[in-house]
Amino acid sequence: MWDYSDKVKEHFFQPRNAGVLADANAVGEVGSISCGDALRLMLKVDPETETIQDAHFQTFGCGSAIASSSALTEIVKGMKLDDALKVSNQDIADYLDGLPPEKMHCSVMGREALQAAVANYRGEVWSDDHEEGALICKCFAIDAVLIEDTVRANNLSTMEDVINYTKAGGGCASCHEGIEEILAKVLAERGETFKAVPVKTKETAKPGKLTNLERIRRIEAVLESVRPQLQRDHGDIELVDVDGKTVYVSMTGACAGCQMEALTLQGIQAKLMEELGELIKLVPTRAGSLARATSQP
Amino acid sequence: MEGIYLDNNATTRVDPAVVEVMLPYFTEQFGNPSSLHSFGNKVGLAVKKARMQVQELLGAEHESEIIFTSCGTESDSTAILSALKANPERREIITTVLEHPAILSLYSQLEKEGYTAHYLKVDGKGRIDMDEYKRLLSDKVAVVSVMWANNETGSFFPVLEMAELANAAGVMFHTDAVQAVGKVPIDLKNSKIDMLSLSGHKLHAPKGIGVLYLKRGVRFRPLLRGGHQERGRRAGTENTASIIGLGRACEMALAAMEHENTEVKRLRDKLEAGILAKVPHAFATGDVTNRLPNTSNIAFEYIEGEAILLLLNKFGIAASSGSACTSGSLEPSHVMRAMGIPYTAAHGTTRFSLSRYTTEEEIDRVIQVVPEIVAQLRKLSPYWGENGPSAEPEKDFAPVYA
Repeated sequence: MWDYSDKVKEHFFQPRNAGVLADANAVGEVGSISCGDALRLMLKVDPETETIQDAHFQTFGCGSAIASSSALTEIVKGMKLDDALKVSNQDIADYLDGLPPEKMHCSVMGREALQAAVANYRGEVWSDDHEEGALICKCFAIDAVLIEDTVRANNLSTMEDVINYTKAGGGCASCHEGIEEILAKVLAERGETFKAVPVKTKETAKPGKLTNLERIRRIEAVLESVRPQLQRDHGDIELVDVDGKTVYVSMTGACAGCQMEALTLQGIQAKLMEELGELIKLVPTRAGSLARATSQP
Repeated sequence: MEGIYLDNNATTRVDPAVVEVMLPYFTEQFGNPSSLHSFGNKVGLAVKKARMQVQELLGAEHESEIIFTSCGTESDSTAILSALKANPERREIITTVLEHPAILSLYSQLEKEGYTAHYLKVDGKGRIDMDEYKRLLSDKVAVVSVMWANNETGSFFPVLEMAELANAAGVMFHTDAVQAVGKVPIDLKNSKIDMLSLSGHKLHAPKGIGVLYLKRGVRFRPLLRGGHQERGRRAGTENTASIIGLGRACEMALAAMEHENTEVKRLRDKLEAGILAKVPHAFATGDVTNRLPNTSNIAFEYIEGEAILLLLNKFGIAASSGSACTSGSLEPSHVMRAMGIPYTAAHGTTRFSLSRYTTEEEIDRVIQVVPEIVAQLRKLSPYWGENGPSAEPEKDFAPVYA
């Protein structure tokens, strides 16, 4: 079964604001083609103040789709429309203490329903701007469409490129076969053949003269410096282990399984490399979700 | 809490009598059956007995036709890849669109390697067109693989007839029978089936043990080479305790065959009729007059399977679903899609699979709980109105899909 947080379960078993809202004046109906889920979001907006007075939903979907819908209605109630538009799918996931990577699209569907409802209220036509493909990298929740588009747009040709550009494949590496297939396909389109080269960790930068203790202290210091930012987004980071050039961290709270995790980690990795003067690979462990999984009966 | 386990097509509990015969083979009977000394010899004899127990359940002519493997998937891969290696000039392979991923993923990989795969289509009840099948059989085909019973709906394919046709055309025939073995009588010696896969954990033996039946004389190339175990057809030290457990489980399944096809079937029919009588806009999927005695797969329209399972789980009831969301894949069940079940129903398909341990009280409880759960979820559904589906569900709710 899925590793659902207690909050997700609570919103699934006791959904808030479920059912038809009779006097709704803003309705958004969207679906996710990738899993067949669909959602109708109904808002009652005060025309004077553009404040959302009430919000209801109806959802055809799985546990996390229903929980995401329920969370969304709770989040937007009382908001001004312009503020509501700023609600991201991450906000919805955060509200639920995170969603499994495979289920992040449920929160995306919530955000889209909200945009569609606001467009409906304003008499605009809402159209979706992203396409979702089959999930390839489960560590960082990266789908096939994103990888393929990135490979095409940036003329990528190796696994290492893909890891560097999308982060896909940079975790457990089990998805490398799938990524190689995408590479082979796109390369064939431009008349090239994909040649597998081992993903190498470059040995250019010397480990330096830092002692182990100094290195770890510096790593801790870098993590300390980014912590306030992460905590602002209800997340956190902890150092788990350092093994040669690989720094293992645990992303906790809202950071765990966040779709932006890849970008966040890239930023932190760059800072670490700068600070230590060597090539560092920052690897998130799944310690947080593991702990939650084992604590369940 | 004990819980009501109606997910026996996923896996079964190991029968206590099976555990009992296994235990000595972890401790005092630890010998390697290949060894000459008495430590090994006794184990060798016990393995032989287990092989005969499997042989009897399958109605195989010779005990040497039984090859122990690690699971159903290994048996499937061994069978298909053996047929290809034995017939390198044949570049076509046949199967059906309803197969288990153990076959479908392998076939799709073989397509990438240059083989031409033919997938027999099915109608709304999951039945293939025999004429299409006959047309495809030729001397270019290396192997046909067709499941005996479908894991989701329980429906049978006419494997005996299909094996006859393959045999007449000089094509090897394999069947994935992991769902059928132990639930319906099988008599391989009077069939033209060349290879058959079974899996221990589907019939109250442990996980991690399977069998490939290989008819005597069928050309074979091992997947795993090494020692002489299983007459050199599957190298690797035997999983002795599990083999002996599987033997006992086969013996028990044979003894319970009558019960399975009368009492278990009666409970299944009661469950299905009871639910369908109380829940509107629901229907049984598959070929309902031609299926396993223990399986019922019901599509509940306008709601989604994972949500149903989570609520059932709250009542201690274990079932499974063809919904996309339960598997971690993004696609709804390929079985339901292939049968043309509309997606508003395919996502709500729920499989109840019974066993000989299922009781009348359990079935009564499920009949009571399911209608409540369905009603609760339909209240949340955008396709559902006050007292039923909205007038034109597909029209009244037409979301923008991304």
